[in-house]
Amino acid sequence: MKRRSLWSWIVLVLAILYFGLPLLGTVDFSMKMRRGVYSLDAYWAVLGDPRFQATFLYSVVMACMTIVVGVLLVVPTAYWVRLKLPRWRPVIEFITMLPLVIPAIVIVFGYIRLYNTSSWLPLTGSALGTDALLTLGYTTLALPYMYRAVDTGLRTIDVATLTEAAESLGAGWITVMWRVILPNVLVAVLSGAFLTFAIVIGEFTMAALLNRPAFGPYLQLVGANRAYEPAALAVIAFAITWICMGLIQLVTRLQKHTMRV
Amino acid sequence: MAFLELSGVRKDFELVRVVRDFNLDVERGEFISFLGPSGCGKTTTLRMVAGFETPTAGEIRIAGRDVVGLKPNQRNIGMVFQSYALFPNMTVAQNVAFGLKVAGKPRAEIDARVAQMLGIIKLPQLADRYPFQLSGGQQQRVALARALAVQPQVLLLDEPLSALDAKIRVSLREEIRAIQKALGITTIYVTHDQEEALSMSDRIVVMHEGRVDQIGTPFEIYNTPATSFVASFVGTLNRIEGIIADPSAGTVRVGARDVAVASPLGARRAGEQVSLALRPEAVTLAPRPGQDVAIEARIVEVAFLGSVIRVRADIGGATITLDTFNSPASPPPRIGDAVTLHLSSSDWVVLAD
Amino acid sequence: MTTAITPAEAGAAAPARRSARVSFAWLGIVPFMAFALLFLIVPTLQIVIGAFRDQDGAFTFANVLHLFQPSILSAYWISIRISVASALLGCVAGFFIAAAVSIGNLPRWMRGPVMTFSGVASNFAGVPLAFAFLATFGRLGLVTVLLRDWFGVNIYAMGFNILSFSGLTLTYLFFQIPLMVLIVTPAIDGLKREWREAAVILGASTPQYWRMVALPILWPTLLGTFALLFANAFGAVATAFALTGSSLSIVPILLFAQIRGDVLQDPHLGYALALGMIVLTGIANGIYIVTRSRAERWIK
Ligand SMILES: Nc1ncnc2c1ncn2[C@@H]1O[C@H](COP(=O)(O)OP(=O)(O)O)[C@@H](O)[C@H]1O
Ligand SMILES: [Mg+2]
Repeated sequence: MKRRSLWSWIVLVLAILYFGLPLLGTVDFSMKMRRGVYSLDAYWAVLGDPRFQATFLYSVVMACMTIVVGVLLVVPTAYWVRLKLPRWRPVIEFITMLPLVIPAIVIVFGYIRLYNTSSWLPLTGSALGTDALLTLGYTTLALPYMYRAVDTGLRTIDVATLTEAAESLGAGWITVMWRVILPNVLVAVLSGAFLTFAIVIGEFTMAALLNRPAFGPYLQLVGANRAYEPAALAVIAFAITWICMGLIQLVTRLQKHTMRV
Repeated sequence: MAFLELSGVRKDFELVRVVRDFNLDVERGEFISFLGPSGCGKTTTLRMVAGFETPTAGEIRIAGRDVVGLKPNQRNIGMVFQSYALFPNMTVAQNVAFGLKVAGKPRAEIDARVAQMLGIIKLPQLADRYPFQLSGGQQQRVALARALAVQPQVLLLDEPLSALDAKIRVSLREEIRAIQKALGITTIYVTHDQEEALSMSDRIVVMHEGRVDQIGTPFEIYNTPATSFVASFVGTLNRIEGIIADPSAGTVRVGARDVAVASPLGARRAGEQVSLALRPEAVTLAPRPGQDVAIEARIVEVAFLGSVIRVRADIGGATITLDTFNSPASPPPRIGDAVTLHLSSSDWVVLAD
Repeated sequence: MTTAITPAEAGAAAPARRSARVSFAWLGIVPFMAFALLFLIVPTLQIVIGAFRDQDGAFTFANVLHLFQPSILSAYWISIRISVASALLGCVAGFFIAAAVSIGNLPRWMRGPVMTFSGVASNFAGVPLAFAFLATFGRLGLVTVLLRDWFGVNIYAMGFNILSFSGLTLTYLFFQIPLMVLIVTPAIDGLKREWREAAVILGASTPQYWRMVALPILWPTLLGTFALLFANAFGAVATAFALTGSSLSIVPILLFAQIRGDVLQDPHLGYALALGMIVLTGIANGIYIVTRSRAERWIK
């Protein structure tokens, strides 16, 4: 018994070293901007940078747009497939997994060729069009996670019975979605949403190649030109990821508590 | 000296005593069942024999050798689990061969032995199937073959039939017993099903809250239960509370009448409370030779069970359940009938509780 | 690219209800299909087809054959090496962490934090991860300096460089290991106690149990996860770009530069580069899906 736990403690300590040191190193580095003393100068420099504010805001808006588009696309589809087209499920699932197979850089390469100014749908011709394209690109990136989360959520409720019950009370299609299905898969949708947020907020490849002023390219730019600010930005980004995952845990726990009633 | 001996075996988990003062001698080739309700410590005792748990106190000897210090893989024991526990990555034949392969036996010997074992369990045609392709009953038979392939000194089975449906349970228990007899292997069989224990065992160990309540043949356990727990756990039973009327004459007052009890009342005195037990099949509605007790009663319930009719009769102060055989010639008794119950005073069992 | 855990589900499909409207039910997935076609499938096909076309749109193998020039081959080679190394080390390290958490007799409360952290770290890729490792293992990074000042070990003198193969591999492990932990912990949990006990009582030692029973049972999961980690590393652009700029010539960076119009003259060679990426990650993910379903069949 003793011997069996010794190796696991060794493994755990090594893991803590590997994962802890970069975090420690980053925090340490981010506070060394002022010579000789620890300070938060790098953070103030970053937070005070108007480009930080602009790009961060841009990426937050993009993340929210992505979540809205993703939910509108995924929830009705997953619901409909479960209710009416169970035989299509493998096909739909396969499609939703494709973004894991096709690297983002390839997808965006395709966009640039397909939707450039001389094409039939010149989305990249205007800022607004490119923003829309970027949102849709992000939606594809988030698709595997969003679909999985929602589909798993739908599995735990009896879609057919709930729908019939609502329809027998005279509810229409929109009402069924909004009042019956969505509340029941809310936790799944929120989980997918937070994960989407974490992925989109610092995304680099698509934003950079579509030339949008997003947070990811800004990070890269700062990294190439500054010493201490990147470390501060890494700490901030890590905190955002952590908050997103924490929120997922939180909503999942809340659901367990309310389900037990 | 017995082949497998447990003496003074005890097991504590933290502060909870799960098995207390367990003593048992098992002869070579004997089939012993551990019978008791779930949580009474059967599995724990079995796992101590296997070596997965270490006794807090006591000795376990196999063939005269103390095995408490030995690891499970040094004890030469075969074990069958409730959940089959077949290795899912191996075929039936590979599962059966596992123990032999680990022991470094030559290829030819392994193949011959596997074929022989699959013949014994009557599944030679399934040698190349994977466990997930087998039914539960087939899986458990393969698990038995796997355990027996290494020719263990002792075979342990922990509720091997609990996960199967009723029909297969009955046929498989007969098969297990036949194989056990043919191989003459010393066996401990854990179950909470009294029918299983009664039908299969040479002897039964009835366990209750970590204690051994009684060790005996199925006949002894059923007919002369040592404690009220054994009496109530094994079979259907009439339990009647009475007051000792005359210890020397052997009479007990039940309700308003005295009944004769042949069992010794021991050192009890008149006026003491006593629990009596009576098997339903000991009571008849028509007198039989040798029966010396007759009790007036009124029928309150009749249940037709097929070959047997179960009747409940009120004797004033107590209800007695009895079984009579169905006979197409005579209609069953009706509720409200006044009848006379016949039994022998030696059928009463005085419970020690 | 980051990949969150995708626990497999053998879904109990909702009972198919036959109704008169069933022939129009497919209309419900038209928006999704349109989206998938326009923004996922057609763009990808565009690249794939482009890889087999010349400037005038005629069919050709020339682009694909052009991949076999030394500079591109070496980019593929280093990409593959980094992906294999980080996937392999990620699998091994992640396996041990998962085993420690699952069957290593650690205090029970530690499991939750380990899994939560894995969720966070497996999604913490991209530019910030590069910054963190620069701040730690760069020339002035915390670990570099500590090792030099306290232990007299100069890792840069020993050939380590955060901007190289070893540095990139070390960095990728930060999201590879947690991903492995997330996938393989449930698989190790799935090893039944009775399997170990059955093996041991049949005379097997602990190493024999692992070699003959546990690892073969886990093998499809391990192989599949390796493939997934490979694809995960192979498609990662942001971390590599932020870490090395364009100083390290790996395939995603080459493609990135090509799309920006910096490096290669021939745009169709870019298609071929992308095709190579799709083929490699496609094969890896195909292995993952196939082995995954096999593992599920067993565990049932
Ligand atoms: N590893 C353990 N730690 C603590 N208590 C245990 C452990 N194993 C069994 N017990 C307890 O010991 C008692 C007997 O268990 P067990 O031998 O499995 O009973 P049975 O097999 O007769 O159903 C139960 O109350 C059970 O909760
Ligand atoms: Mg048990």
